Amino acid sequence: MENLDFGAFAAIGAGLAAIGGGIGIGKIGGAAMEAMARQPEMQGKLQGSAIVLIAFIEAVALFAVVVSFLAT
Amino acid sequence: MIARKTIENILITLLFILPISGILSAQEHQNETTEKADFQVTEMILHHIADSHNFHILDWKGHPVSMPLPVILWTDNGLVTFMSSEFHHDEKATVIVEKKDQKFTIYHGKIYYANNEADEHGKYVDFDQDQHPINSRVIDLSITKNVFSMFLSMIVLILLFLTAARSYKKIGNGAPKGIAKFMEPIIVFIRDEVAIPNIGKQKYKKYMPFLLTIFFFIWLNNIFGLIPFFPFSSNLSGNISFTFTLAFITFIITTVISKKNYWKHMLWMPGVPVYMKLFLAPIELVGMFVKPIALMIRLFANITAGHVIVLSLISLIFILETIWVSPASILFTIFISVIEILVVAIQAYIFTMLSALYFGQALEDEH
Repeated sequence: MENLDFGAFAAIGAGLAAIGGGIGIGKIGGAAMEAMARQPEMQGKLQGSAIVLIAFIEAVALFAVVVSFLAT
Repeated sequence: MIARKTIENILITLLFILPISGILSAQEHQNETTEKADFQVTEMILHHIADSHNFHILDWKGHPVSMPLPVILWTDNGLVTFMSSEFHHDEKATVIVEKKDQKFTIYHGKIYYANNEADEHGKYVDFDQDQHPINSRVIDLSITKNVFSMFLSMIVLILLFLTAARSYKKIGNGAPKGIAKFMEPIIVFIRDEVAIPNIGKQKYKKYMPFLLTIFFFIWLNNIFGLIPFFPFSSNLSGNISFTFTLAFITFIITTVISKKNYWKHMLWMPGVPVYMKLFLAPIELVGMFVKPIALMIRLFANITAGHVIVLSLISLIFILETIWVSPASILFTIFISVIEILVVAIQAYIFTMLSALYFGQALEDEH
């Protein structure tokens, strides 16, 4: 157990977090684009809320990155 | 006109060649010392994003040139102050400074009480088996690189805003002039897109100063972190204590201004069965603390990640030990830097936006 290289596990963890965050942000982006295409006059509002929602998803992914930083 | 264009072209070409020539000389220098020391990427990156007691400007002919900063220590014998140049760029606890019958030494940016005698490696601190020093720490109130950078951005902010305010005094209600022309759209954006929709038309005015301050302060510090030469370049908003302080201020304001409705919805939310209330109240209570912590982590991790990416791309040249990757590496660095310019503005916006959102939640009346 002592010789275990935690760096590799941390890298896997960061990668998994990136996958999760990517899926989440992709869904938000897709939905926002679709909504903008349907109602171009709402573009400003949709953009603002999309950025805030992305920030929430991103925070979760960044939590994972920070945890894997601490683990190494 | 043509002459100007030619000069511009030459300047841009020089701008691209300059880092490469620097890398070339570094490469030569590295080849000479390959046996002596391997290039430690992780160490180099962590050193660059960390705070430090002197402001390193450049290496001139193998000697570091840096601006010394005051070291202020609260010790057992009272206040001790000296300039960080007395450590002679030491980072490995090999130099001691004697003040008020006490000896201090510095190891990886942290100041310790030094031993009376150096050990066989010339170090004045003792280590445990994990190579962490076991000497006791001094209470360190120094003006470090980050604090210096913070003062700098404060001065710039004060100058910017005072100049803008003075121009309004002069022109009254007319069209803004000079720097105010640049500031007004941003301030109006914060008011119309951030403060009013989240806090409400009646109450937003009281919180505008805080929101504007926090937006411009974070934005300016982020931008300063991106500029890679002397008076800037410190990773201030990628420092967890800095983001902690900002998030803590938001938390304090949210808690102080909160109305009855806010606590009611947190602890005993209406319209939910009692057993669900018992289940949800602890979750909501934890959520109250998680919100500012998320604010803190978000800003810290985003800015630190940006710096780490840029530094990693530059270090690729030294890891692969060939100059032929440098065009790709430099192009990618420029690409990431351009993205970072967008990211730093978005991060400042998000911090302000979420602060306003939390204030709005705390202020909500019963409906």
